[in-house]
Amino acid sequence: MDPNTAGWALVVALFLPLVGAAALALMPSSMDRQIRRAAVVITGAALVLVIAMAASFDYGRTDALQFETDVGWITAISARFHVGIDGISLPLFALTYLLTFLCAVYTTKHMPAPGKPKAFLGLMLMLQTGMAGTFVAFDLILFFIFWELVLVPMFFMIGMWGGPRRDYASVKFFLYTLFGSVFMLVGFLAIFFQAGGTTWSIVELSEAPPIGSTTFQTWAFLAVFLGFAIKVPMWPFHTWLPDAHTEAPTVGSVLLAGVLLKMGTYGFVRIALPILPEGALRFAPLIGILAVIGIVYGALCCLAQTDVKRLIAFSSVGHMGFVMLGIAAMNQAGIQAALFGNIAHGVITGMLFFLAGSLHERYHTREIAVIGGGMLKKIPRYGVLLTYVAIASLGLPGLAGFWGEFTAMWAAISPGLGLADSYQGLYLGLVVFAAVGTVLTAGYFLWLLQRVNLGNPPQRWAEQPLDDVMRIEWASWMPLLVLILALGIFPVLVFGVQDGAVANLMGYLGG
Amino acid sequence: MAIDWVAIAPEIALTVTALIVLAADLALRGDAKQLVNPIATIGTLGAIGFTIYLWGDRRTTFGDSFVVNDYAVVFKLLFLGSLLAILGISWRFFAEGRYFQGEYYFLLLTAFVGMLIMPSARDLLLLFIALETVSVPAFIMAGLRKRDLYSSEAALKFFLIGVLSVAMMLFGMSMVYGFAGTTSLAGIADAIAAYPEQVPLLLGSVMLVIVGFGFKISAVPFHFWAPDTYAGSPMPVAAMLAVASKAAGFAGLIAVTFIAFEPVADVWAPVLGVLAILTMTTGNLIALQQRDLIRLLAYSSVAQAGYMLVPFGLARSGPDGMAVNDAALQAVLFYLIAYAVMNIGAFGVAVAVNRKTGMRSLADYAGLGSKSPMLALAMSAFLFSLGGAPPTVGLWAKLYILRAVAVDFTVFGVILASFLVVNSVIAFFYYLRVIRTMWMDEARAGAPVLQPGLNLSAVVMALAVGTVVLGLIPGVVATFTDIGNVLATG
Repeated sequence: MDPNTAGWALVVALFLPLVGAAALALMPSSMDRQIRRAAVVITGAALVLVIAMAASFDYGRTDALQFETDVGWITAISARFHVGIDGISLPLFALTYLLTFLCAVYTTKHMPAPGKPKAFLGLMLMLQTGMAGTFVAFDLILFFIFWELVLVPMFFMIGMWGGPRRDYASVKFFLYTLFGSVFMLVGFLAIFFQAGGTTWSIVELSEAPPIGSTTFQTWAFLAVFLGFAIKVPMWPFHTWLPDAHTEAPTVGSVLLAGVLLKMGTYGFVRIALPILPEGALRFAPLIGILAVIGIVYGALCCLAQTDVKRLIAFSSVGHMGFVMLGIAAMNQAGIQAALFGNIAHGVITGMLFFLAGSLHERYHTREIAVIGGGMLKKIPRYGVLLTYVAIASLGLPGLAGFWGEFTAMWAAISPGLGLADSYQGLYLGLVVFAAVGTVLTAGYFLWLLQRVNLGNPPQRWAEQPLDDVMRIEWASWMPLLVLILALGIFPVLVFGVQDGAVANLMGYLGG
Repeated sequence: MAIDWVAIAPEIALTVTALIVLAADLALRGDAKQLVNPIATIGTLGAIGFTIYLWGDRRTTFGDSFVVNDYAVVFKLLFLGSLLAILGISWRFFAEGRYFQGEYYFLLLTAFVGMLIMPSARDLLLLFIALETVSVPAFIMAGLRKRDLYSSEAALKFFLIGVLSVAMMLFGMSMVYGFAGTTSLAGIADAIAAYPEQVPLLLGSVMLVIVGFGFKISAVPFHFWAPDTYAGSPMPVAAMLAVASKAAGFAGLIAVTFIAFEPVADVWAPVLGVLAILTMTTGNLIALQQRDLIRLLAYSSVAQAGYMLVPFGLARSGPDGMAVNDAALQAVLFYLIAYAVMNIGAFGVAVAVNRKTGMRSLADYAGLGSKSPMLALAMSAFLFSLGGAPPTVGLWAKLYILRAVAVDFTVFGVILASFLVVNSVIAFFYYLRVIRTMWMDEARAGAPVLQPGLNLSAVVMALAVGTVVLGLIPGVVATFTDIGNVLATG
């Protein structure tokens, strides 16, 4: 495949899941097993295609759009169907296909109640197209469509296959995200008309000289900020997250944490920063402050949780805080850290949610006190995996979680674009608090491990036969477990891909 | 003065059909009476044929008071398309309910003749006649279930408030005539523009005329009839009132505001803008409380009228206003088309659930997703579209309104847009509740199996597919609504 001409590959990869969802819908509901296998085949085929694309990707010029397709779509409002991949998109795009495939594999054995695999997997495939499309769309309207496309399937996933409070969680998720995205749309419209009303192209708008006055950029940034910040989610817009993550079925949580949250940070990096650099510069200190509040607040909330899954959900607030801190630094290292943090968090937290789901399958509860320790004795392989991933999540050097957090703090010490002149003290303070946050993070994860892993299993579990990690779980988890280690040892796997693209982005920012 | 028969061919086709239907109803006996429905459908298709023939043409007749241009043709196609869909969902509804089906179809067609005239009318008198031709049959249709107290209440309420509003409008029109000395819309515009300063009495009469149309589109505070009338009327009639009759009201409102009263746009635009805010907010907040699906749809359609009023609030007078006014009109047209598709669809599903079973409360929709997945799927598409989620046409309808706001930012425009945005989110709360009930709640034990029948299913499916397909390629609608300078009447 020649990345300069093979635009078809991206389009096929993008819409294969959607076509697959339609194909699943046509299969009779009674073919339960075949439906699940078909989903594995569809997501597997899409993954193979994406791997082939990644293999033929031209890593020499990651700043350029590859596998590009740009055709007219809605001429009346000059919106175009413009998709492509550059170094910033590629890791997230690939992660989307990997996680969805693993979810499909996982679902062959673990189907959340009340069943109906056809609908469940069909929605998951729809979700995949929406998520993947967000990362490759280079037209604001198209971006918005993909962005919103994610809402409907996720709403149903939480609402139909979720936990006891699924009604509340699904509606909250939908309304909260929608609220942000409509403001984002208004922001897009403002940008469109301010820039002359001729193009929605993200590339052209980024390359154009700064759009509008600083006041305009501030307001437009605020509108766009609301949409992205709710999705990330940044403190204080995070309250939908613990509910949605906790109530969602395992697959839903994995995709929420693994991919959906990244759409927000990706939006900042891809749209908000390059198109509205002056607005971004004004907001950067605020973003930094909110990010660090998120880090500390998330960690404190985690210390107070009694439910393993809810604890992991709150840990996302903290981790995404590090990602946003990287963005707030407004320099190349910061953006790199943010994008790396995205991938690392997707892999690690996705894996943690898999573990939480399997924990529930075994104990039928996620209450730490009820589980009561001793997992290393009772189900040792599972216990080891939990330890491994939790340690990765708390940011141990050598595993994936470390690089995002460390680099973000390192970048924030000397923020770019003149921020250092006026806000040096503030940023130093932020880094100090973020460092405190890492300590707290280590604290709650180790405390969690101590409470569930160590000691002897309580009486009620000691006598029950609990399965250790099953074959299907090994199959669906192994790639993530390997990635956690690989990214920890060779962070260049992601940093290297992004380098050219981020340098190019900094050019738009004027740094 | 020769009459341009081609220009009024669609109206004539529909009138002839109405008369044939009336005669056929007298001639046919028993079950054969059902045949009036296909007869009406054929007549409608004929009218559609004539209308399509007029596309791209520009004709005037009756001394320039009746104009056919692309703008009018788009509206006529919208009405005739709605008529087709309403005929589809009416099939068997009236035959089974032992209503007066011949009369119903006659009245329905007559009302639509009035609607067809509305977008072509360029004269206050003709507008008035068109409006009455829409309203009077509707009064009777609302009361067709005459053994039902609610239906009688619906008809009476609708009649009294309708007559009151028409009286106010006529009063306003008479004073406007006193000022302008003509009933032609273009003539009124010239006369008003010639006044050196704005006369309070003139502005008052302008408001009275607008208020008359406000009733028709059920804008707050003139909306009180709508929920009771929708809930009491036979459901296809409710669909007609909620969609076609409202669209006719908008056609009339566009004609008087953007043509006749264009010189005083700076006065009525803020008024309509405030009405828009009140309408959408009130409609949505009350809709949150509803337990009956038809009443929920009724309040939702009040709120939708509020969204459609937003572009009116952006209008400006004079040549600087051209760009904004064009964008605003396009937004209204686009929204009306989208609204017709999704709202008739929603009513169609309501008819399917209600027919034979009499179920109408929200709780009756529990478990629809497992019992009749296609119906539930279609309803979900309609509701997501009414709310404005992708990939449905409703999203683009809202986007077009926001686009009109963004053509020329003003503080008032931004306030309107913010209300639109916040209201869209509120609206999702109750749309989602219906969707959740359908898919996530268990069906009541012993709930009857639905048999919507072929006709109704076909209409609902076609509308659902339309909702989604237009959501993916909205350009199809946009080519019709992007008619530059739609009202240049010449």
